[in-house]
Amino acid sequence: MTELPDMLAAGPEIFLAVMGMVLMMVGVFSSEKRALGIVSGLAVASLVVTLASVVWMADGRIVAFSGLFLTDSFAVFMKTLVLLGAVLVLIMSENYIQREGMARFEFPVLVIYATVGMMMMISANDLISLYIGLELQSLSLYVLAAFQRDRGRSSEAGLKYFVLGALSSCLLLYGCSLIYGFTGTTQFEALAVLFTGKESAASPGLVVGIVFLSAGLAFKVSAVPFHMWTPDVYEGAPTPVTAFFAVAPKIAAIALFLRVMLEPFGGLIDEWRQIIVLISVASMVLGAFAAVAQRNIKRLMAYSSIGHVGYALVGLASGSEAGLRGVLIYMAIYLVMNVGAFACILCMQINGRMVEQIDDLAGSAKSHPMMALGILVFMFSLAGIPPMAGFFGKFFIFTAAIEAELYTLAIIGVVSSVVGAFYYLRIVKIVYFDDLLEPFDKPIGRSLGTIMTLSGVVTILFFLYPAPILDSASIAAAALFPG
Amino acid sequence: MIIQALAFYLFAFVAVAAGVLVIASRNPVHSVLFLILAFFNGAGLFVLLGAEFLAMILVIVYVGAVAVLFLFVVMMLDINFVELRSGFLQYLPIGGLVGFILLAELLVVVGGWVIVPEATSVAAAPIPPIDQVTNTEAIGRLIYTKYIYLFQASGLVLLVAMIGAIVLTLRSRAGVRRQKISDQVARRPGEAIEVVKVTTGSGI
Repeated sequence: MTELPDMLAAGPEIFLAVMGMVLMMVGVFSSEKRALGIVSGLAVASLVVTLASVVWMADGRIVAFSGLFLTDSFAVFMKTLVLLGAVLVLIMSENYIQREGMARFEFPVLVIYATVGMMMMISANDLISLYIGLELQSLSLYVLAAFQRDRGRSSEAGLKYFVLGALSSCLLLYGCSLIYGFTGTTQFEALAVLFTGKESAASPGLVVGIVFLSAGLAFKVSAVPFHMWTPDVYEGAPTPVTAFFAVAPKIAAIALFLRVMLEPFGGLIDEWRQIIVLISVASMVLGAFAAVAQRNIKRLMAYSSIGHVGYALVGLASGSEAGLRGVLIYMAIYLVMNVGAFACILCMQINGRMVEQIDDLAGSAKSHPMMALGILVFMFSLAGIPPMAGFFGKFFIFTAAIEAELYTLAIIGVVSSVVGAFYYLRIVKIVYFDDLLEPFDKPIGRSLGTIMTLSGVVTILFFLYPAPILDSASIAAAALFPG
Repeated sequence: MIIQALAFYLFAFVAVAAGVLVIASRNPVHSVLFLILAFFNGAGLFVLLGAEFLAMILVIVYVGAVAVLFLFVVMMLDINFVELRSGFLQYLPIGGLVGFILLAELLVVVGGWVIVPEATSVAAAPIPPIDQVTNTEAIGRLIYTKYIYLFQASGLVLLVAMIGAIVLTLRSRAGVRRQKISDQVARRPGEAIEVVKVTTGSGI
């Protein structure tokens, strides 16, 4: 029977889902001009309340809804990141959606439902709840990608994302059905019991199932060779939506990937490690080399995010608590860097029109010194140059890989991050040393400026006071490695 | 028992006959109507099995929604079905192959049950026996207790699908004359009617 304590464990999710419905009512019944402003303000407020309740209700490991749902400190950490990402993106996007003719109040509502889906993914304790959470998230994201329905590129992005996303869901479901067929259960704890302490518990059918499952998940985190949709969707989608894609869903999908691989299938690490190593190497290398040729900054960020997923998967491949902790720290830093970088990209407008080419940035240091400083900080951090935060993210991951004796993987990772540094530094060079062609509009808006400053300060000063992130990541990582 | 057997043979025969006629009839509207007949007989078979919930779902969802949708499509789109059927013989081998594979799979499943009788107990649903609760009640109990989380979450997925469809397709067009019921109700005879005295033999 479902009793009240069960409901309490999922309290933040239930609250957010109900708020989504309330906001729709508010949007319908308020006047058309003011609807978006009111709804996005309330949406930010309800996301903040949800964030507070997630942190406040954090209380060990609770399994609810007859084993379908679970919260633990790992889930709390990841949900905090996802909610932070959603809040920041909503604040950043307000100006843009007013300007670019997509001012409809459904935008914040869809962001809320995507966030609910992500929280369900993070808290999934069963293959079925995993799938439902994933679908809720993906469906909202398909609509968000096509939100500028009068622009061909946005519709194209939405359609591409939808078709390929449906395909990947099929792969994932097929994998789930094989796993269910060969084990007789879909619950993570029951699966974990089956595989612990047995040397060769995996039948070939089960391994095929795990391969399909990880292919579906690799699509959702856009790891090579399942990355083809990413550059097109990132380029075509409206810029705030791209910023959202780059942070929240990626963090949620990585969280899901970590939990699925380490909790139910942790005993089969020898079976799946080679898959993870392969896609991680491919993502790092492709992310580094393919980005060099890009002219559009959103495409460049897409390849950059592919590369970053590759680094995060190095931590998963090491399969240890240190590796998991590395991934968690990496994702937290990744969130801050990417939000900052996209705040800079959202400033790129000339005469009220958005521009997306890297060459448009030429010489902007002369007209916008603060924005240029922001770009400098975020690009250095994305490249992993000390003492920026991005360096420490990579540092913890590669240390874990070396401890797990994955030397080749660590070396490939370091080499590809050196290659990646080329294109990040080229942007800095264009901003600071090229001639100014056409200055960007001023002022950039208070919310964008604040977010840029905040994330810039966190990125620079992380090395002075890293304890909060490092400690909570340690606690979160310990949740998946009991005993 | 005799009545049950008779009912079974009646439903089964009509279902198969209707299925054949779906393919064979020349008029596509007749095809859809035979499809509806086949669904109704399938529902009858479900009732005989004691699965009244599935029977009702079949009638409501398939007959009520899907088949009527087919009917609309068939009537609204002018598809030349004779032309569509022209390559029938050409594709017969492939169709036959697919049919054969499906038959083989069915045989594997049924053969598995015959060879390993315990397999049916594994596949049995986690609900009380049929003589204690009706299956509608059993499904309701599962959906609203054990799987309440998934049930509600699926509801959210459908809600998002609905929002998405509206966001992406609904456009408010200019110049649409909407019915305003309040205005109609508030209207008084004095505003709408003008009484004119017309003198005989001349117009207005």
